[in-house]
Amino acid sequence: MVQYFSSLDPITLLKSFPGSIAQGMVWCVLALGVYITFRILDFADLTVDGSIAFGGAVCVMLIRAGISPIVATIVSFFAGMVAGIITGLLTTLLGIPGILASILTQISLYSINLHIMGQSNMPVSVDKYPLLVSLRYVTDSTQSAVLFFVGMIIFIFLLIGVLYNFFGTEVGASIRATGCNPNMARAQGINTNYIKVLTLGIANGLVGLSGALCGQFSGAADVNMGRGAIVIGLAAVIIGEVIFGKFASKRKAAFAWTMGAVVCGSIIYYMVYQFVLWLKFPSDDMKILTAAVVAAFLAIPYLKEKSSVKKGAAKHE
Amino acid sequence: MNKALELRDIHKVFNKGTVNEKVALNGLSLELEPGDFVTIIGGNGAGKSTMLNAVAGVWPVDSGQIIVNGEDITMLPEHKRATYLGRVFQDPMTGTAATMDIEENMALAYRRGRKRTLKRGLTNEERDLFREKLATLDLGLEDRMTTKVGLLSGGQRQAVTLLMASLKKPELLLLDEHTAALDPKTAAKVLEISDQIINEYHLTAMMVTHNMKDAIVHGNRLIMMNEGRIIYDVRGEEKKNLHVKDLLAKFEEISGSEFANDRMMLS
Ligand SMILES: Nc1ncnc2c1ncn2[C@@H]1O[C@H](COP(=O)(O)OP(=O)(O)OP(=O)(O)O)[C@@H](O)[C@H]1O
Ligand SMILES: [Mg+2]
Repeated sequence: MVQYFSSLDPITLLKSFPGSIAQGMVWCVLALGVYITFRILDFADLTVDGSIAFGGAVCVMLIRAGISPIVATIVSFFAGMVAGIITGLLTTLLGIPGILASILTQISLYSINLHIMGQSNMPVSVDKYPLLVSLRYVTDSTQSAVLFFVGMIIFIFLLIGVLYNFFGTEVGASIRATGCNPNMARAQGINTNYIKVLTLGIANGLVGLSGALCGQFSGAADVNMGRGAIVIGLAAVIIGEVIFGKFASKRKAAFAWTMGAVVCGSIIYYMVYQFVLWLKFPSDDMKILTAAVVAAFLAIPYLKEKSSVKKGAAKHE
Repeated sequence: MNKALELRDIHKVFNKGTVNEKVALNGLSLELEPGDFVTIIGGNGAGKSTMLNAVAGVWPVDSGQIIVNGEDITMLPEHKRATYLGRVFQDPMTGTAATMDIEENMALAYRRGRKRTLKRGLTNEERDLFREKLATLDLGLEDRMTTKVGLLSGGQRQAVTLLMASLKKPELLLLDEHTAALDPKTAAKVLEISDQIINEYHLTAMMVTHNMKDAIVHGNRLIMMNEGRIIYDVRGEEKKNLHVKDLLAKFEEISGSEFANDRMMLS
């Protein structure tokens, strides 16, 4: 026991935090996409696991082909969008249940990603290409780290600003109505099928973008980089909601604050992740831990309601 | 002048070819004049809701034609028919988006039948308009426009849904037992608001009710349904002078069975 604790070095942990924060910022784009499908559209979209790797693969291959990283990253957004649209069409046009439709797209993307890269892992070196983001920027020098974080923060603010304004438009309101009450939405003349396809497209566009950033950040795209991505996204959403949800919902522009909470959730997730690894928790078991946390927090509101119903019933007796 | 609504020989069978096969509409025909306010009564499973859902396009009908103000809408999907229709449902939860503000719900309804673009989903002029309209309900909702609709009572939600249905004048207002889930006092208030809105905007309306008295008192026309078609249709003076017992007798005479509706209120 003593030996275990004395083997833990707090300095190592502190030193690793900038890297975890950076990773959280890269993944928060995915978390925002998951928030849009899961919370706003009320659609459990497993396309995410495929579309993040799709975004990564497309981006890395384009950069290696000499395309500028910024263009490659933008193209990845549209690549992810196409993946989301396909899931949307499978469920609306062909009537395949939502979750299954998204799994079908996800599985297909696995093959497609292998074709795109020609192998299961494709490196992209920060020494050779002017990547937008990289873990190296965080670790190299204080100057490059500051530049990286300032850049990411500006980008995230812009992203939240764009999404906030989008969900305030007529189309944005239609998405919220469709997610909340599709019968009502149709009665108000909203084509809920079209809205579903559109929203899945936008959300997976964000996921593809996140994949492009992830690939550059870690210096490689991998067909397996998306395994469990949906769960990480959900974890970020839930952590953000649990910690900052009340605070965010009381503000003016509550939706922008909520998105900010999701971003923080993603960063906190990766800090906790680093912390648990630092405690020498086997990294192979991180996925089951994440899954358990997500399951617990998804269950809490349900169990709360159930117990309050019981209490209410007991009162009436 | 066009009829407000024409239903021509509508048939609808649910679960065709299974043991649960149910003929819900069986050669239903009906014509409504503009400005008609028709109340609809009938036993359980008579096809009242099915008729309204057929008009709204919840699913396609098997055969027949649905014509609104001269336009054949039989083939239009539900969201396209919304241009012509205002709808209020039995369950107060159904007509509004619970997680959105009152004003946001109204803004959605205000855009019924219009293409939705990347323009603002709610403008300040609209807010003023909505406040004015909400004030006419006399429920104090004009001061709570940014309250989530999910926090309102059932009666308040139905009142808001009614207002939303009339915000863009519909060719036809469909009310399916929209007061059935409310306590008697609230139900009376919502009915009063319905009357007010229908009169003020000169709407053509169909109202399904399980209360025979309400069916007689409200509207200018009354129809009774049984087994997927209309078995009795009265209007004007004759309707006004009806009594509940006349309706019961009429039902037994035509259908040859006793009037059965577990929610029916005879008084
Ligand atoms: N979506 C559906 N699928 C299968 N059967 C249906 C469906 N909708 C209605 N039915 C059946 O069609 C028949 C007519 O139902 P409908 O809801 O129109 O009756 P109603 O006159 O509104 O009765 P109530 O007074 O009980 O509301 C019933 O037998 C019902 O079970
Ligand atoms: Mg009914």
